[in-house]
Amino acid sequence: MTDATAADPPPSVPGPTERREALGRALRNPLLGPLAALVAAVAIFTLTTDTFATAGNASLILQQSIVIGTLALGQTLIILTAGIDLANGAIAVLGTIVMAKYVVGGGDPLLALVLGLTITVVLGTVSGLLVTRLGLPPFIVTLGMLTVVFALARLYAESRSYPVTDPLLRFWGQGTVVGGVRITWGTLLLIVVFAVFWFALSRTAWGRHVYAVGNAPEAARLAGIKVSRTILSVYMAAGALYGIAAWQALGRIPNADPNAYQTANLDSITAVVIGGTSLFGGRGSVIGTLIGTLIVGVLRSGLTQAGIDNLYQDLATGVLVIVAVSLDQVSRRRAAR
Amino acid sequence: MSRDDAATHTDDRPTPVLEARRLTKSFGHVRAMVDADFELMPGEVLAVIGDNGAGKSTLVKALSGALIPDQGEILLEGHPVHFRSPLEARGQGIETVYQDLAVAPALDIASNLFLGREIRRPGLLGTLLRVVDARAMRTEAKHQLDALGVRIPDVRQPVESLSGGQRQSVAVARAAAFGTRLVIMDEPTAALGVRESGMVLDLIRRISGRGLPVVLISHNMPQVFDIADRIHIHRLGSRVAVVSPRTHTMADAVAIMTGAATPDEVGGRSHFDERAGRRDRPGVQGEPTSRALPGPDGATDHGLPEQESPR
Repeated sequence: MTDATAADPPPSVPGPTERREALGRALRNPLLGPLAALVAAVAIFTLTTDTFATAGNASLILQQSIVIGTLALGQTLIILTAGIDLANGAIAVLGTIVMAKYVVGGGDPLLALVLGLTITVVLGTVSGLLVTRLGLPPFIVTLGMLTVVFALARLYAESRSYPVTDPLLRFWGQGTVVGGVRITWGTLLLIVVFAVFWFALSRTAWGRHVYAVGNAPEAARLAGIKVSRTILSVYMAAGALYGIAAWQALGRIPNADPNAYQTANLDSITAVVIGGTSLFGGRGSVIGTLIGTLIVGVLRSGLTQAGIDNLYQDLATGVLVIVAVSLDQVSRRRAAR
Repeated sequence: MSRDDAATHTDDRPTPVLEARRLTKSFGHVRAMVDADFELMPGEVLAVIGDNGAGKSTLVKALSGALIPDQGEILLEGHPVHFRSPLEARGQGIETVYQDLAVAPALDIASNLFLGREIRRPGLLGTLLRVVDARAMRTEAKHQLDALGVRIPDVRQPVESLSGGQRQSVAVARAAAFGTRLVIMDEPTAALGVRESGMVLDLIRRISGRGLPVVLISHNMPQVFDIADRIHIHRLGSRVAVVSPRTHTMADAVAIMTGAATPDEVGGRSHFDERAGRRDRPGVQGEPTSRALPGPDGATDHGLPEQESPR
């Protein structure tokens, strides 16, 4: 610690110090851990299996990561404000039902999309309003929303699934082949939405306010930030992302099923936490969540190809979650001294 | 609206930067502020002391816009103001530093300095998308900290990597950077150790050395007597006296604060008698409460004696 009582001006900063600072910042970068884990997992499966390190497998892992990745992005926004969303999977599922049922009933696909997106944004807004206006804990609000929305999805679906054949609704499952590898538009969309929110969180005043509100709500309020409005905006943005996830889900599986994505809420939280975002809010990044999503995808794919039982995949993911949360706790405690 | 208009009726004394007249605030049956007066003169460090529950924080909240008084008026450089939120007070150049380190620990220093007032990129990027100019904020943050002699190697460090004193220094630097009229510090050293407190007191001196008046709320008598030009003593919801550290001892101040002595008993007299030439007469100072003031002109007349500080 430097002594700030000394009155003399700070020394002008020479090159080597600058470089040491840059190195120090890099080492303190919270993305380092998740990135190392991803690289290690890829390396291990590449060495231990013959089938893992192929372009086709990489493409498949990406495709399998799209829906959870988009849900996890919305989850990241909410967790950054020290909230949590248990209802994101249910909201997306209701979105798929609304879109599919409307088209099956002869409706216009574009209007179906608009309806589905509107529903998910409205439901996100409802969660946000309950959290900000009534001051209820996000866990309880979204637990209630989870139950309500799943029930709504089943009721609206009349407990059946809806086949989706419309090309617009299935768009994100389509793609192109580059050098023998299939790239779906959904993969590209995933990268685009992550890029958009990376930019919004790290480069705009809104993003800084999201972090501040999650990290120190009282300090944020005293600094003149409209805390409730910021939190509400986050739930609305997350709702829009759940709508996009619903659309992407229709591209992956040609069937809107009210019983699908039952564990998507926990899977998205897993991806966020493994990506290094703190459940206590105010720390983390969407890049971490992208890496976290890929880690889960790589683990599942690699363990499957190594011929290891599904249950061990769950076990490995669970252990990873606990490790990630422990690391977060330790670093927070060290920071607080 | 010139400063002279407001100043003409108060003899040769300058217009107070911030003045409050007969502020009253009740919370249910509790009268937290009863005809409380307040004056902050240009360039001074004014300490506000008072026992627990005396209503210091109610007064300060009213002055910083965090609370709206039931009655009374607040004048900023002689002109009435009605703050409905801290944001409005800030908009008028009144910055407040809070005791509980009102910074976001996970955010870096530059982000904290500009929290809620980010420098935006020019053009549509800045206005429409609210894209921030991180480089400009870093440069400006470094400049502000250097100007106050706060030595922090890298403004990209998260605030939580700093010591308590350095964190508070960041909060003080923020106030100094944006406070154009005055800075209010609400127990800025209450959470700090001795050495760290010294760091913050040095900052207060530097800020005041720039000509920015400072209101310092503190429980720490040695600190108050070390740094204040004048000391506003609050008791039972209003100002009972304003003393100078050069003419009063800590024991005097504590006696007035606790009610063990009246301002008169410790050598104070009504400032009405003292307005002229009080510098020649040591031992002046105590000031009666406004409630004791006679006459319709009380509101203007119980302004403070002229500044004692040599500034």
